[in-house]
Amino acid sequence: MIAHSLFFYFFSFIAIVSSVMVISSKNTVHSVFFLILDFISISCLFIMVGAEFLGMIMLIVYVGAVAVLFLFVVMMLNVAQQGKELFENINTYSHLPIGLIVGLIIFFELIIVVSGWKYKPELFSIDSLSLNQNITNTHSIGNVLYTDYIHLFQLSGMILLVAMIGAIVLTFKKKSGIKRQSYIEQISREKKSGVSLVEVERNVGVKIDE
Amino acid sequence: MNEINLIHYLTLGAIIFTIGIVGIFLNRKNLIVILMSIELLLLAVNINLVSFSIFLNDLNGQIFTLFILTVAAAEAAIGLAIIVVYYRNSGTIRVQEIDSLKG
Repeated sequence: MIAHSLFFYFFSFIAIVSSVMVISSKNTVHSVFFLILDFISISCLFIMVGAEFLGMIMLIVYVGAVAVLFLFVVMMLNVAQQGKELFENINTYSHLPIGLIVGLIIFFELIIVVSGWKYKPELFSIDSLSLNQNITNTHSIGNVLYTDYIHLFQLSGMILLVAMIGAIVLTFKKKSGIKRQSYIEQISREKKSGVSLVEVERNVGVKIDE
Repeated sequence: MNEINLIHYLTLGAIIFTIGIVGIFLNRKNLIVILMSIELLLLAVNINLVSFSIFLNDLNGQIFTLFILTVAAAEAAIGLAIIVVYYRNSGTIRVQEIDSLKG
């Protein structure tokens, strides 16, 4: 169990330091990198404590998708260097004390809640990590997720679909001056609007597009 | 060195939650860092849920964490899209210069 303690302190130290760096580093790209480090160390904690599926999912979803999305946006918007001149301005320090006070108050409230709670005695022993050895963590999550929570699971799929459509609709920009193919116009074209019959005088010739 | 129990994990969650809140308050750089602070808050909540789920031997906490993960991903996508649109319209996403509402 000494290894468990050592790894816990190691990963949680890395997580805390990197989350401090996320909010305090001047370059936004560095913030994104520290966010990635934070997610990796927390997912290591999850894997260590026995929630392997969630740890791996956090690696895939956060590090693989969300952090890369952040990185894309940071690099696309050219805001990486914007922080520097703002920190040199003295007026920007006026918000520091009130923010720190509110943060400290919230932290002490959380600590009071955590330490004032009456816990069941078995929560203090590592023996309560009574993992079922016959069935893996992923298997048992699947057993619950696809039976009791199937509707919520499908609803979360709908949330992702709506988010995807919303992001596309928000960032879609119609450029003028570019000829685009419009399938609806092509399909809904009819003979009436496309072809016109004209009486042509003989031996005179026709002028088109007057 | 003490044995690691639930309180250690809850304290870790509380520390990361506080760092996220302080990040939202102290931020004067740009909106993207605020979104990252919100991700930190959700991460702290996930730590709490997973540790309770493990120590109480109840899987529902992990299921809930899975749904929080889904919503967090959707929120990040929509928030970044809004930031991109705002940057296109006004040319900046610095927190100090976003004052159209005169708040």
